[in-house]
Parts: sequence; structure tokens; C-alpha cells
Amino acid sequence: MNKIKEFFKWIGNDLAEIGRTFKDGDWKTRVSYLIMGFGPAARGLVLRGVAFFAVEVLFIWYMVGFGWQYLTKLHNLGDTETHMDPDTFVTVYGDNSFLILLYGILSFILLLAFILVWRMNVRENRNEELRLKCGRSLGSNKKDLYSLIDENFDKTLLALPCLGIFLFMVLPIIFMICIAFTNYDATHQAPSKLFTWVGLENFKNLFSFGSGGFGKTFITVLTWTLVWAFFATFLTYFGGMAVAILINKKGIKFKKLWRTILVMTIAIPQFVSLLYVSKMFAADGLINSYLIKWGLVNSPVPFWNNAMYARILIIVLNLWVGIPYVMLICTGLLMNIPEDLYESAKIDGANAWQTFRKITLPYMLFVTGPYLLTSFTGNLNNFNVIYLLSKGEPKSVQLTGAAGYTDLLVTWLYKLTIQSSNYRMAAVLGIMVFIVVSVVSLIVYSFLPSVRDEEGFQ
Amino acid sequence: MSKSRKISNFFAYLVLIVMSVVWLFPFVCIILQSFRSATGEYGGMVNYLVPKVFSLDNYIWLFGNESKFVHWYANTLTIAIFVSIGQTIMVLMVSYALSRMRFKGRTLLMRFWLILGMFPGFLTMICLYFLLKLFGLTQEGAVPGLILIGVASSGMGYYVCKGYFDTIPKSLDEAARIDGASRARVFFNMIIPLSKPIIIYTALVAFMAPWCDYVFASYVAFGNTDGYNVAVALYNWVNTADYQGYFTRFCAGGVLVAIPVTILFMCLQRYYVEGVTGGAVKG
Repeated sequence: MNKIKEFFKWIGNDLAEIGRTFKDGDWKTRVSYLIMGFGPAARGLVLRGVAFFAVEVLFIWYMVGFGWQYLTKLHNLGDTETHMDPDTFVTVYGDNSFLILLYGILSFILLLAFILVWRMNVRENRNEELRLKCGRSLGSNKKDLYSLIDENFDKTLLALPCLGIFLFMVLPIIFMICIAFTNYDATHQAPSKLFTWVGLENFKNLFSFGSGGFGKTFITVLTWTLVWAFFATFLTYFGGMAVAILINKKGIKFKKLWRTILVMTIAIPQFVSLLYVSKMFAADGLINSYLIKWGLVNSPVPFWNNAMYARILIIVLNLWVGIPYVMLICTGLLMNIPEDLYESAKIDGANAWQTFRKITLPYMLFVTGPYLLTSFTGNLNNFNVIYLLSKGEPKSVQLTGAAGYTDLLVTWLYKLTIQSSNYRMAAVLGIMVFIVVSVVSLIVYSFLPSVRDEEGFQ
Repeated sequence: MSKSRKISNFFAYLVLIVMSVVWLFPFVCIILQSFRSATGEYGGMVNYLVPKVFSLDNYIWLFGNESKFVHWYANTLTIAIFVSIGQTIMVLMVSYALSRMRFKGRTLLMRFWLILGMFPGFLTMICLYFLLKLFGLTQEGAVPGLILIGVASSGMGYYVCKGYFDTIPKSLDEAARIDGASRARVFFNMIIPLSKPIIIYTALVAFMAPWCDYVFASYVAFGNTDGYNVAVALYNWVNTADYQGYFTRFCAGGVLVAIPVTILFMCLQRYYVEGVTGGAVKG
């Protein structure tokens, strides 16, 4: 509540300042309210003036020629559908809800940005007037330019990355969040059909457990996603650490060779290796043929067709992918543990297991805490391993939305988008993934020892 | 050496040898099967490992006119090189700004990007497709389109690089600034030469990613075979109904993809380990 109050107070103060600037300002400042950048330009800072003015011209040009029409249709995403004129048999092109939503959001954000720039323009004028009143100089155009590679270098550096992230990350994400509140799916495909706002209907569908509802499938997939992420993270973590300790063991030769062999799995594109391994375990694959040849089984083991087998196999195969990675990380860190800790433990009569429990493990958990967190959230979204190995199969009639028993939330999202064009539910799932990831991150982050106690072990 | 040490070492070697076999087995298989001729012997999956006749048919087929493999390979290489360069530049720019400069909204920006990163990448796929289509960068224009997507939002992956910059003492910057160097000069003449390991790490990781990119690549190419990269092609070979005829060709293609990437990786392994370890500890 306090924050909201503060926010409104801040807005009030800001508006008051805008008014005061206009009242107390000279004519140059006042003209700047309408023609942005007039003040700075008239006071000699031509570069700043031109920059402000260019923003204003571009914005008006964009809005008049393009943006405004979309902004006005944003409330219902268009009302004339593409249809054939009954008299002339000519196709009449109607509104494209997709583009209306996309450009509508873009225009809305640009509008906010423009207001911000306009506010900056007012403040700039005020600052210049104050400086002049105090008898200080305003600087020069040359100085302005130089500041872009000196004290304002951050703005130069961040301009391009921020633009890229805005266009290819922020805008699409806002767009997809909006899609979650529309009925955009296979029967409402733009451009031939319209789609419109439906409120919380899709979220209700996700949690409805009747026939056709997504509830049961969602719970199944979510549970498997969490189980998978847990096993994938911790089994590879302890496996990798064990291997690293094994290779670091005194008296083991060819340390480099063992490491290189394991690292091959990182070097070779996962795409090739995982696709191949997935085929190895197919019904007519190498493993099954040899099992049959040697008389161990009579019919092929349904590695990918049995939900339980497929799930276990994926977790095991993921060890093959994940262990080398953890091994690399742990090898370097293990060498950082002071040798005398082990020496004194030995003198005190501790055995190997005890030294591991009391010295190695606490240290490793402490330093690799952040890694465990990123690895867990990475596994929640581990598209490659699942999709290349099992494609999320085996499918089942008991699951809606073409989901399978090894599908993670992300692979299901992908299938909903590509195979059934169910964009509305895909968007809802995307939001769910975000919620799961952020909740997990928040919880783990607050428990992380290296965050709570930065000075320990140093 | 004590007797117990000898026994424990024996078991350690045993485990390591078994592991090595398990880890290398798929790679050996894939290489062996790539030499089984698709036309002369059988191109699908068989119940034996070593081909009866070793032949280079699959490789000859890949390089011949019948397949567009060379074209797809060139596509992927182009994407990988440009994404690698672009992404490295983006990451360096963001890292320097966030590590060295203190400006208004800095922590806000970092927090905002952290939250953005929690959305799954595939969520935005259809929207990105339409954005690219707007610029005409889908289907036949898939290669520049994929480069654009790879580079555009890459600034968000600054963590490892910024962590490295943070370890370069700030007093170096200050000394140079007192001598009259601008921020830009400090960046180009001091920080960049000092950050060779992390630059190589960033470029290497960025270079390797496009070779595995099936999802976006197939979506952006949208059935236009000229816009494919190797991942899309290989995936289709394995997973179409016709895969029985293409399985050994997939193996041969896979070997051709893996060789240069693996060699590059092995040469730069040192930098990779450095980057990964640094990233794991700092998060």
C-alpha cells in the first residue's frame, strides 16, 4: 500500500514540476513543450536539440502513418473478418488480429517511451535554465559527442543490445502473455479468421479436470517435469563429482586421457549423439538386436513405448550427457581445497567416506550452489535431451493436447504450437513454466549458503 | 605403495575403463555404421554393428549432386560464424557496461533481464517468426534470419563474461583514466586484450549452438529446403518414414558435422573449462 501511495505522490510531484517549469521558464522552454528540443538548440546545444526533435518527428510519422489504427483496434482485435463479397465475389480483406495485437502492443510501448522522452526534454530545458542562471556554461556539442565514448559510454554500449532484446525478447513475450487471454488457436487462425479477448477462460481450462480439460494432463506433465529436473540435476551432480574425485585420486595415471574421453560428449554436437543414441534403443535398434541375438530377451524391450522404461532410460542417458560437464567443473574446484585439511583429517583417523562427508561435500555444495540452481532451472526447460531422445513419447489417449509421458512443460508447449496450433494453451503453459522457474529460483536462492554467508570458506 | 592402495587403484582403473567404453561406444558405432553403403548393403538399421563391406558410398552421396548436404553445411557454417562474432560483440558490450559503469537503473536492468530469462524460449517462437517474416527473413532468407535471432537478444547472456570482468582490478581503469584515456579507450585497449580467455569461451559456445539448432531452424525455414541447416536435414533423415534408407547417411552426415566442431572444441578446451568453472561458481 505504501509503495502505491509513494508512486502517486511521485507522479503528483512530477506533474507539479512540469507545470512549474512552464510557468517559470523563458519562451525557449515554453516552445520546447510543443517542439521538442527547441530550447537546447536555441541555447547552442544543437546536437541534443536535433536528437529530441528527431524523436518527435519519427514518433508522429509512425503513429499517423501506421501505429494509431492498430492502437484503436486493440480493445477487440478487429471486427471485420476476411470474407467474400456476396454480390461481386471479390475477397474483402478484413482485420488481421495477429498484427493488430502485435503492432498495438508496439505502438502502446512506443507511446509510453515517447512520453518519457518528452519528460526528459522538459527536464533538460529546466536544467539548462538553472545552469545559465547560476552563470555556468552549458558545455558544447563537441563535449556531448565525446561523452558518448566517455562518461556516457554505457549508453553507447547498451543501446544496440537493449534494442535487440526489446524487439526479439520483450515484445514477443508481452505478445504471448496477451495471447494467453485470447482464443487464438487452430479455429481462429489469422489472417482469415479473427480472434479476440476471452479473459481467464484458458487458465480455467488448464485447471479443469473434466473430459477435454487440460487439468489432469497438466498435473502429470508438471509432476514429471519436477521429478525429471530433480533426478537429472542431482544424479549428474553426484555422479560427476564422483568421477572427478576418481580421476583426481592419487596414483591414477593418464588423468588427461580419461578427462578427454568424457569431454567428447560435450564436444560432439548433442544433436548427432542424442539422435543416434535414441535410435540405438529403438525397437529395431542396436541394443535390442543384440539382446535378442544373445538370447537375453525374446521380443524387443519397449524402451520408448513404455512410460516407466522411457522415463528411467531418459534419466540414465542424461547421466551420459551431464556427468562430463559436472566433472569438468568439479575437477578445478577440488584442487582448490587445501591439502592440509585432508592431512589433519587423516591424522585424526578419519576414513575416506568421513573426509568426503565432512570436508569435500560441504565445500563443493558451498561453491557450486549457484550452479545447482541454474542447472535445475535449465533441466526444467531441457528441451534438447527430451525431444531428441523420446520426442516426449509414449503418447496416451489419457492425456490431452497430444502430450506424452516423457513430455516436459516446454516440449508440450512446443507440440501445442507446432502440431496442434493451440497457441492459446501454449501461451498459458509458457506462463506456467515462468511461474515454476521463478518460484523454484526464489526458494532455492533464499536457502543458498553462498548467498546467505558470502564470507564462509574464504 | 601399500597393498590396499594397489587394490583400490585397480578398481578405480576398472571403473574408468568401463566408463570410457560406455562413453565412446555410441561414437564408435556411428563411425562404423557410416561406412555401411546405403545402396550396396542396406541403409536402414540392422542387427549387427560392423559393416560387411566398408565403403565410402554415403560420403560420396553426401557430396554428390543428389543431396543438398554441402549447401546445408555451408548454411550452418555461415550462421555459426556470424552468430559467434555477433554474440561475442554483444556480450562484451553489455558486460563492460554492467561491470565497469555505474548508471541509473543498472540493477533494475539486470533484475529485469533475469526475470525475462525465466520465460521459456519457445514461447516466443511464433511471434519471432512473424517478426522475421516482416523483414522477409524466413524461408529462403532463413540464414540471415537465424543469424539475427541468434545475435539480437544475446546480450542477456552476459553473466560469465561480466564475472570475469569483475575480477580485473578497477585500479587499472582508474590509472588509465587519470592519464586521460576515455572509457572507450580503456575498453578497447585494456579490457579486451586482458579478456582473451573469456572472449574465446563466448565465441566457442556461440559457435557450437547453431549446429544443434533444430527447432528454430526448421520453423524459420518452413519447408524451404534451401534454408535448412544440417540439424534440420539430419533430423528429417532420421525421423521421416523413409529413415530406413537414410540411417547410414545420417551417420555419415553426423560424422562430418562432428569432426570440425570436435576438433575446434578440443583445441580450445582449456578456455572452455575456465569459462564453465567461472560461470558455475558465480552463477
